[in-house]
Amino acid sequence: MSEEILSVKDLTKRFGGFTALDAVNVSLSGRERLGLIGPNGSGKTTLINCISGALVNEQGSVSFKGQEVTGLKASKRARLGIIRSFQIPRPFRSMSIIENLLVPMEYAASERKEHGQLRDQAMEFLELVGLNDRADENSSNLTQIDLRRLELARALSAKPSLLLSDESMAGLSSSEVDEILDILLALNERGVAVIMIEHIMRAVMKFSERIVVLDAGKKIADGSPDEIVNNPDVERAYLGE
Amino acid sequence: MKLNRFWVGIVVVLLAGLAFTKIADNEFYFYAIYAVLQLMVMGIAWNILGGFTGYVNFGAGGFFAAGAYTTVFLHKALDGPPLLVAVVVAPIVCGLIGLGIGYLTLRLKGVYFAIATLAVAIILETLVINWEYVGGAGGYYFLIPEKIPFFDSYIEWLFTVILVITLFAIVVSRYLNSSRIGQGLAAIRDDELAAECMGVPTLKLKLISTTVMGALMGMAGAPFPYFITFVEPVSTFSLLIAVNAIAVPMIGGTMTWLGPVVGAIVLGSIQEIVTVSISSELNMLIVGVVLVGFITLAPQGITGVYRDFRDKRRRRK
Amino acid sequence: MFELFVNAVVAGVLLGGFYAAVALGLSIVFGRLDIVNIAHPAFVIIGSYVAFIMNERYMLDPILSSLIFLPVFFLLGVGMYRLYYVCFERTGQESLSGLAYFFGIMFIIEVLLILYYGVDYRNVQAPYIGETLFLGFLGLPYRMLVPFITAAILTGLVYLYLSKTFLGRAILAVSQDRLALQLMGANPVRVKQWAFGIGIATAAVAGALLIIIQPIEPSVGRLYIGRVFAIVILGGMGSISGTFFAALIIGIAESLVATFIGPSWAPAVAFGLLLVTLAVRPQGLFGRAG
Repeated sequence: MSEEILSVKDLTKRFGGFTALDAVNVSLSGRERLGLIGPNGSGKTTLINCISGALVNEQGSVSFKGQEVTGLKASKRARLGIIRSFQIPRPFRSMSIIENLLVPMEYAASERKEHGQLRDQAMEFLELVGLNDRADENSSNLTQIDLRRLELARALSAKPSLLLSDESMAGLSSSEVDEILDILLALNERGVAVIMIEHIMRAVMKFSERIVVLDAGKKIADGSPDEIVNNPDVERAYLGE
Repeated sequence: MKLNRFWVGIVVVLLAGLAFTKIADNEFYFYAIYAVLQLMVMGIAWNILGGFTGYVNFGAGGFFAAGAYTTVFLHKALDGPPLLVAVVVAPIVCGLIGLGIGYLTLRLKGVYFAIATLAVAIILETLVINWEYVGGAGGYYFLIPEKIPFFDSYIEWLFTVILVITLFAIVVSRYLNSSRIGQGLAAIRDDELAAECMGVPTLKLKLISTTVMGALMGMAGAPFPYFITFVEPVSTFSLLIAVNAIAVPMIGGTMTWLGPVVGAIVLGSIQEIVTVSISSELNMLIVGVVLVGFITLAPQGITGVYRDFRDKRRRRK
Repeated sequence: MFELFVNAVVAGVLLGGFYAAVALGLSIVFGRLDIVNIAHPAFVIIGSYVAFIMNERYMLDPILSSLIFLPVFFLLGVGMYRLYYVCFERTGQESLSGLAYFFGIMFIIEVLLILYYGVDYRNVQAPYIGETLFLGFLGLPYRMLVPFITAAILTGLVYLYLSKTFLGRAILAVSQDRLALQLMGANPVRVKQWAFGIGIATAAVAGALLIIIQPIEPSVGRLYIGRVFAIVILGGMGSISGTFFAALIIGIAESLVATFIGPSWAPAVAFGLLLVTLAVRPQGLFGRAG
């Protein structure tokens, strides 16, 4: 059992009068695979945004590798090793596929640079997702699955210790889902902790060692996949009373 | 090897310029080329924040005039110091203005920054109109020194100064474009949120971009009082300067340092011809129409069109 | 001294009301649709010149001629939006190129006006211009009072339209939820077109009011850019009532500065307030939710 890598304590986030997250507590150990599920609007993406720094929480704290990161800018957290992928892919459209990877390598991973040509290392990541033969193609006209692959490859090249994956499989076919799952599992093998938001249940069940369930901003369950499946509160949250 | 080709080109252009001052007999050439080079520096500067980083500046006239009026102020305060003093001080002043505007508004959406640049330009203009020390609304007369070492006339010296400033701007622009900073700026332009989440310190880079832009525009404005000899607020803060600064990269291309160079040569030549042969008002109309035309029909500019054409040919092979 | 102060404030109120008319169109277009039509004041100036021509040739009252030309301005707005949509919104390039587009349009309008009418100041003749209504020590020049009343009526009409009619509420909705709007049977592009048309139509009226208040020449529009954006942002981006009150505030501030410091400083007031607002409270005084 490796040590704790992420600690979210009493996290509260409000938008005007609306409380999106209410005193949420989550912890994660290095290399752990955590699934984050819950009905629409339960606050999953908001939680990811607060952990990655895209949003600032009103109350509570986020610690990463023992260091308090609440209030740090997202770019700073990225340099520390917290990397997120986006629900709707956001490529750098004026750049080629491989150039997209060079940005996080130069910035997020700047302190984790290895010797050798950046381009060669980027090619390795592209191989992992199967985009290496199109490295110099422009990134603006890709299919959905290719965009997802690029999004993951770009996250990988930032050399994260924690990857926050926001619905990277939405809208994909069954075999494409398996493909993304394999990439994420391979990533985890390399020592990266992953928090996965996903609606595709079979992917969540297959991937997660532990699952956290949110409903209307509150954490209602936290346990192994089997425990969650048999949890009446979870059933109620999804199916209603 | 490409790096060397570039530097060789810079040196060649500089030497050619110097040689030109010795060979050419008609002073008109220097005035005409000065105007084109001034356009070029403004366009290159605008493009650093506009094309590279994706933030629009409507107040180029304000930065330019701030540079010019720094020269006026120094001229009066220090009783006629050499031009080069102004060329060094003006970018510092204007860089700070750029930094200030950026610090106030770059945390907001790009739209607010754009409006703020316009606001600062008008506020500066109002300040200068009410500031009698630098001539106020009435203007300020500049006396050009009679003799200048090495050159036959003062305009040849001005021409050389603006040529060096232009080459400096090109070098800075090229460095920003091709360095790690340039990658960060391009990421900000393409998707600022994704850039931030990929570790790019967006606020810091935007501030650098704004400061460099302001400094270069101030540098372009510094020799202007010597060029025009009578400095007054309305024409120095002119909206035409702001429109030109945007039109030059829009025509030439916004992705690299070369775009504004091409754009300045094209637009500058058109403007010279039209102003001399028809009228200056019609010239302004043409600039406006050309700007809107390129924005709507060819936003990637001449260099962009060329690049697309070249890529299509390559793909066909 | 007190009398001077009160007169300055009242003059500011009257001026502010007029400013509201100028900012109204932008409040819809920028405040609601997020289209940065920096050329809006240029359209107001076109309205002023239309009023001037009608007044000079046919002795028509400026406000009357602006009402006659309302449909023309409306169609002009629709056309401008269509072009903007085709070139920019559809391809997702609004930010950089869209801004520069309107900037270029503004410049072209100004230059065309200079080419046709020169830089001489123009004004209009009307029976109420030059007369003043006195209430005790308060002097209310009719040339300010009439525009104020017209502006207030115009603002009220626009407010009612946006909150009561289907199309008006669609305009309010289109920026917030395109999908819901489509499900309700309204085409978002058409709604925006309509809104832009209304915005430019208000510019026609505002232009007539402007030339009643002061003589105009082509570059006057530029001074209003800062004012209208300051008003729209200070008023909370799209809130019609917020726009009106913010306009009053700007009017009073300018009037006080002009009276007690100097009229040549007046243009900087609005821009200065704008910068302060952006730095301190970008959502404005009456910020819109979300």
